[in-house]
Amino acid sequence: MANEAFVVLAYAVALIFAGGLAYRVWQYATTPVPLKIPTTPAPVTRAGAAARMLREVALFESLFRSNKWTWLFGWVFHVSLALVVLRHLRYVLEPVPLLVQLIQPLGVLAGFTMVGALLALWARRLLVPRVRVISGPSDHLMLALLVAIGASGLAMTYVARTDIVAVKAFWLGLVHVDWQPLPTDPALLVHLGLVAVLALIFPFSKLLHGVGVWFSPSRNQADDARERRHTSPAGLAPAVREG
Amino acid sequence: MAGDDNIIDRANGDPLECPALAPGVMASSKPYVAAPAHQEALGFPGQLVEGWQEKAIARLGELLESSRALRVYLDSCVKCGACTDKCQFFLGSGDPNNMPVARQDLLRKVYRRYFTLAGKLTPSLVGAEDLTEQVLEEWFSYFHQCSQCRRCSLFCPYGIDTAEISMAARDIMDTIGKGQKYSNEIIGKVFKIGNNLGLPPKALKATLQGLEEEIEEETGVAVRLPLDEPGAEILLVTPSADFFASPHMEGLIGYAKVLHESGISWTFSSHASEAANFGMFIGSTDNMRNVALRIRKAAEDLGVKRLVFGECGHAWRVAYNFLDTLAGPFDFLDPKYPRPQHICEFTWDLIKAGRLTFDKSKNDQIRLTFHDSCNVARASRMGDEPGGQFEIPRAILRATCNHFYDMAPETIRESTLCCGGGGGLLTDELMDVRIKGAQPRMRALRAVADEHGVTHMAAICAICKAQFSKILPKYGFDMEAIVSVHQMVSNAIVLSGSRTGDASDEDDAPDGEHDGGPAAQKEGSGDE
Repeated sequence: MANEAFVVLAYAVALIFAGGLAYRVWQYATTPVPLKIPTTPAPVTRAGAAARMLREVALFESLFRSNKWTWLFGWVFHVSLALVVLRHLRYVLEPVPLLVQLIQPLGVLAGFTMVGALLALWARRLLVPRVRVISGPSDHLMLALLVAIGASGLAMTYVARTDIVAVKAFWLGLVHVDWQPLPTDPALLVHLGLVAVLALIFPFSKLLHGVGVWFSPSRNQADDARERRHTSPAGLAPAVREG
Repeated sequence: MAGDDNIIDRANGDPLECPALAPGVMASSKPYVAAPAHQEALGFPGQLVEGWQEKAIARLGELLESSRALRVYLDSCVKCGACTDKCQFFLGSGDPNNMPVARQDLLRKVYRRYFTLAGKLTPSLVGAEDLTEQVLEEWFSYFHQCSQCRRCSLFCPYGIDTAEISMAARDIMDTIGKGQKYSNEIIGKVFKIGNNLGLPPKALKATLQGLEEEIEEETGVAVRLPLDEPGAEILLVTPSADFFASPHMEGLIGYAKVLHESGISWTFSSHASEAANFGMFIGSTDNMRNVALRIRKAAEDLGVKRLVFGECGHAWRVAYNFLDTLAGPFDFLDPKYPRPQHICEFTWDLIKAGRLTFDKSKNDQIRLTFHDSCNVARASRMGDEPGGQFEIPRAILRATCNHFYDMAPETIRESTLCCGGGGGLLTDELMDVRIKGAQPRMRALRAVADEHGVTHMAAICAICKAQFSKILPKYGFDMEAIVSVHQMVSNAIVLSGSRTGDASDEDDAPDGEHDGGPAAQKEGSGDE
């Protein structure tokens, strides 16, 4: 009975996460951009703008310019999270891809650096007065959520080992619609429950910045207003719009 | 008097020093509310309308549908704090609501309350708030303490631009009848008379004639400042402050001398005797378009081939980035030249081609620095390369002046600080904000004055010039320490006719310029 609930829950969360994300992407993509507003100096070609976007997403270029500590903790957290997520693919893919096998040691290490960086970011949020005043309950709760996910994950390896073979069977069962029982040890349930919460709020909270950054006109536009006329229904004169 | 001494003391210190938080110290700073006549001339209700809450929320909904930037920026902020110490109005005042993220949150909390699931279900958890009268007052206060300079946007990991948010908030306030007097009254004057100052064509004509006489008296050369001359090659559109204020007018004389030397015919337009477009400040695309369309009409009516803009920061942003979208296509202009072109690009092209002669010693009494104006620095470009907006004005200054020293690197170029008066703040009732917002720039200037004996600061923005004329004395500098870039050009330029023994290829008004000549082609920067 409990296992059927887990199965339903897993499908529901996946559906809401993917559907919510798709909806937000669609919403951003279909909202017009009335004017050219790249923050300059900006690349003058579209390829250049794409490179700027990639640097921004991969290296947090602007944050580096702004504040080295926030950059360090923020970048380490995100890279660690990416490694941890990649590492987790071994629990849902059979056979395990070579890349996922190769990053396994890094992924294990990343579990610790992720939690460490999160705690450092949280400390900053609590200790720097001007960051403290802009932090609301949800900002702290999201950090708490991420720390708890990381800590419960580490606990499954280092405190109370989970039957990971059974867990993988559960996930593969979901993928192949051949449902298997999920082990019910507390660390695993806490870990998966919190991940479910994270996935549910992701499309509808500030966590969406991971999608939003790609759509930020000040970053993704090329500085080519004089070379290439920018047209958008919202910016054009009514006569031109209708003509 | 004691207050003024206090301000002078504030000119000493690290320009970017983060102040202690002083919650609410700027809450009482508010601009005058626009009178019904000022509102209605722009198509806004005369005063706060019945049911303004619903109307404001509906307007926010419309803006969210029409601007991806607004939607993405309201959603994406993670409160990382990267922007918190970047706004000059925060650095100068310590009021946490002047931290860009907090300023954005004034609108974001309303967005969350009415447009997001979490804000509807658990408002206190996600900082969502009802739009109350108190929130509206906060908007009116703090969205008029943002000069839309985009400094925060430079440092934000998502490029969130508080300018876009304050524009949206001002648009919402206009839509419900609570506009800002300064900006709206000025836009009304543009529609009615043709420029921000309300200078009628006759007075403009007289001013230009007076300037022609002045230049001839001084140089012995008949440099023209033509108005409404059909068939001219170039339409020069310049902020109307250039027609009467100082140091703007000295810059205007500089443009005229350069254009004279180029041999290319040009004209001002009384219909578009204003480069500024305050429609941008109030975030109203419709008003911005209507103001922009005047320039298109003037260019078409006069049959010009080129469009050149004078020294004005936000006007250059609108011209460079928005004009083609709002009022284009400008296919009737000569595609060999940038459409539009900045006067600094025009002058620099002539200098590069060796067509201007300077006596730099004429500026030897001046030890100069350069204030990058925010809308030029972070919202536009000059020349063909990114960052040309920093290099070209400096190259002009170095060509015309022997003593040039930049301010601290973290306060110039793309990291430049606002003068404190941009974005519709250049009005007396906001003087406290303007003084505080100028503090980081005044500190950077104090440092180069102490270190290098810098006496003057050049700028390419009418608002910067007007703001600094007022603010410099308060920080213990000379009011005339602010100069126009083309004022330096004007001081140093050697006009062809005034030189003895030089070829007499230049005698009077360049009238027979039908082809613009090979000279004109040589100096175009085009798209090479």
